[in-house]
Amino acid sequence: MATKINATGMHYKDLNHLVSSAKDKDIIIENALGHRYIGSSAADKNIEIHGIPGNALGAYLNDCRINVFANAQDATGDTMNSGEIIIHGNCGDAAGYGMRDGKILIKGSAGYRAGIHMKEYQSHIPMIVIGEKVGDFLGEYQAGGRIIVLGIGHEDECPVGSFCGTGMHGGAIYIRTEHAPKGLPVQVKCTDASPEDIEAIRPDVEEFAASFGYNADELLKSHFFKLVPNTANPYKQLYVNN
Amino acid sequence: MPVNFFPAQFEVIRNTDKCIKCRACERQCSNEVHFYDADYDKMLTKDAQCVDCQRCVCICPTGALKIRPNENAFRESANYTQQIMIENYRQAGSGGVLLSSMGTPKDYPVYWDKILINASQVTNPSIDPLREPMETKVFLGKKPSTIKKNPDGSINTELPPHLELNIPIMFSAMSYGSISKNAHESLARAAAELGTYYNTGEGGLHKDFYQYGENTIVQVASGRFGVFKGYLEAGAAIEIKMGQGAKPGIGGHLPGAKIREDVSRTRMIPMGTDAISPAPHHDIYSIEDLRQLIFSLKEATEYKKPVIVKIAAVHNVAAIASGIARSGADIIAIDGFRGGTGAAPTRIRDNVGIPIELALAAVDQRLRDEGIRNEVSIVVGGSIRSSSDAVKAIALGADAIYIGTPALLALGCHLCRSCHSGKCNWGIATQRPDLVKRLNPEIGYQRLVNLVHAWDHEIKEMMGGMGINSIESLRGNRLMLRGIGLNQKELDILGIQHAGE
Repeated sequence: MATKINATGMHYKDLNHLVSSAKDKDIIIENALGHRYIGSSAADKNIEIHGIPGNALGAYLNDCRINVFANAQDATGDTMNSGEIIIHGNCGDAAGYGMRDGKILIKGSAGYRAGIHMKEYQSHIPMIVIGEKVGDFLGEYQAGGRIIVLGIGHEDECPVGSFCGTGMHGGAIYIRTEHAPKGLPVQVKCTDASPEDIEAIRPDVEEFAASFGYNADELLKSHFFKLVPNTANPYKQLYVNN
Repeated sequence: MPVNFFPAQFEVIRNTDKCIKCRACERQCSNEVHFYDADYDKMLTKDAQCVDCQRCVCICPTGALKIRPNENAFRESANYTQQIMIENYRQAGSGGVLLSSMGTPKDYPVYWDKILINASQVTNPSIDPLREPMETKVFLGKKPSTIKKNPDGSINTELPPHLELNIPIMFSAMSYGSISKNAHESLARAAAELGTYYNTGEGGLHKDFYQYGENTIVQVASGRFGVFKGYLEAGAAIEIKMGQGAKPGIGGHLPGAKIREDVSRTRMIPMGTDAISPAPHHDIYSIEDLRQLIFSLKEATEYKKPVIVKIAAVHNVAAIASGIARSGADIIAIDGFRGGTGAAPTRIRDNVGIPIELALAAVDQRLRDEGIRNEVSIVVGGSIRSSSDAVKAIALGADAIYIGTPALLALGCHLCRSCHSGKCNWGIATQRPDLVKRLNPEIGYQRLVNLVHAWDHEIKEMMGGMGINSIESLRGNRLMLRGIGLNQKELDILGIQHAGE
C-alpha cells in the first residue's frame, strides 16, 4: 500500500511530518507547490512527487528514492548521504551541494553550482547525471564523485556554463559534446574521454536512459570530454609558515 | 651557500653544567632542534627550527634548558619592525601567503582590561558563595515573547528547545583534524562532567565520541564535512558556522597531509586531499537563505535541537545579528577578532574584524532596541581569557561564553602559534600518533574540569561581591561595569560609564 498525501494548502512542516511518520514505504505526494525539505534526512522510503517540490528536496537524504514528475527547485539533495533523486524535468541551483554518496538524475537542465562540493570517501562515490544543459560553476570545489552532462538536444554548443570546475580537487566531470568548455581554471585538466572512461560511466548513463526513455548506447557513442583536477592539494604551494 | 636573510627567532640556552646528555629534549622535539654530536660528546641545537613551545624546557629532568627570543636586533624603526621585515623576507623567498596560528599577537586594545567590575559596600551587602547558594545555571535558546494559553485556560508551558548549562562556559569549536583525538576526548569528557558543551568544529564527530552527544554541539560549515542525519541527531545543538573571529571572510583549508584514515572517515572526505571549506556557504546569500538552512536542519532533527549561528565580529555585526535573530536561529555565537585558530593567513588574523567587547555591546543593545533580544541567546568567544573577562562579557549582555585558547592551555598548549605545522609537541594540534599519545585524555579532561571549576568559583565570588546571587541578574547589567582610560565614544559603544561616574 502507498500513502497518498494531497499537499494542497499544507505547510511544509505538516507535509514533512506526514511523510516521516507514514508507515508505508511508498508515499505519493500530490499537488506539491514549493514545499521545502521534502524527504529531508528520510531513509528507506520511496517518495513520488507530483507537482513542484520546494528548495532543499531530499537534504541529508539516506537510503531513499525520490521521483519528481516535474521540475525541482534549489539545493536539491543538499548534503545527501545516499539514495536516489530522479527529476523528470529541470532542476534549480546548487543541486547535490556537498553530496557524498547516492545519485541525482535530472532529465532536463540544472542551474548554477550543480555538484558543488561533491565529495567521495572510501567506497562512497556520489553521482549526478544531467540530461541537457547546466549553468555556471558546475563542480565547484568538487572533491570526488562523477558528474555527467549529456547535452541532449544541445549538440551544437557546449552544454556547460562558465567557470566549470573552479577549485576542483577530486572526482571527474564527463561532458557529452564536441565543444570543449572554454576558460577552464588552471587546475582542471580537460581530455577526450577514453574507451575506459566511457565504460566507467556506462552504468550511470544506462540508469539515466532507463529512467527517462533514452538509448544509452546511442548516447555513449558520442564524443565525451573528461575533466579532472591536476592536484589534490591546490593550496599546498599557497602558504609560507610565519 | 645562499644567504639566510634573517636569524633564528629563538635561542636555545643550555646550561652544560646541568645537562646530563640524557637526550630527552632530542626525543621530545618534533621540530628536530636538539641533537647529540658524538664527536664532541655534546648536545647541540638548530635554533632556527625552534618555535618556543617550551616542551623541552618542561621535560628536561635537570632544568638545563631555557628558550629566549633571539636578542639579535635588526635596525628596526617604529614603522618597519623586525617582524615586518622578516615577514617580507619570507614572502620574497617563497611567494607564499603568510600562514599563522592562534590569536593575533598584535597590540590591539583589550577592552576587558579597561573595564572594572563593581562591588557592594554597606548597602546591598555582598554574598559569600561558600556560605550561600549562587546560581550559575543558564538556558540558551529562544524565550517566548508572549504567554500562550491552552484551550482549557491553562498556560502553555511548551518551550522551544534549549541548551542547559550548569556553568555559563562552553568549549569553542575546534575540529578533529585541527586538534587531536586525545584533545577531543579531553574536551568531550570535561563537558560531560561539567554539565556543559564542547563543539565538534567542522570536522565531523568521531564514532568514539557519540557517547558524549548530550554534551556536544555539532557544527555545520560550508564544506559539510561529516554532516549526516546520525551526526545531526547525535548533538544537543547544531551550529552553523558562518565565520570565525580569527579569520572573518575566510574559509578553512585543512592540508591533505593532516587527513589520515581516521580524520578522513570522520569528515567523510578522501584521504590526503585538501579539505576545503570555503568562506561562503554557496547556498547562502541572504538572511532568507540562512533561514532555509536553519529550517532544513530543524526539519532533519524534528525541531528538537536549538540551532546556533556563529559569526565573526565584523563592522556591521549588530545589523547582521539582527538579521540572524529574525532568521529562526535560537542562539547567536559571536567570535571576536583576537580569537584563536589552527591556521589563518597572518594578514587576515592580524587585521580583519573587531574586538568582541565592542561587538557584544553593540549586538546586545541593537537587539534590545529592536525588541528581539528574547528571540536569541548570545554566546561570545574570541578571547575570553579569564573568569573576570567572562563576568564582564555577561554584564555586557552575553548569555554564555565560549573558551578555546584557555582550554588548550589547560591541555598544555604554550601558545607557540605553530598549530598549522601539525607538529605540536604537546599532542594537541597534531595527527602524528607519536605526538598525540603525549596528551593523556584522562589527565587532560581533569585539568579542563579543574580550570572551569576554578573559573566558576571566581565568577561566583565576583557575583557575590556585587551582591548578585544569580547569573541571570548579572546578564546585561552594565551598571556593574565602569570604563578606565576609555574615550567617550568607546564608553558609548560599550554602554558603560567611566570609573568615578
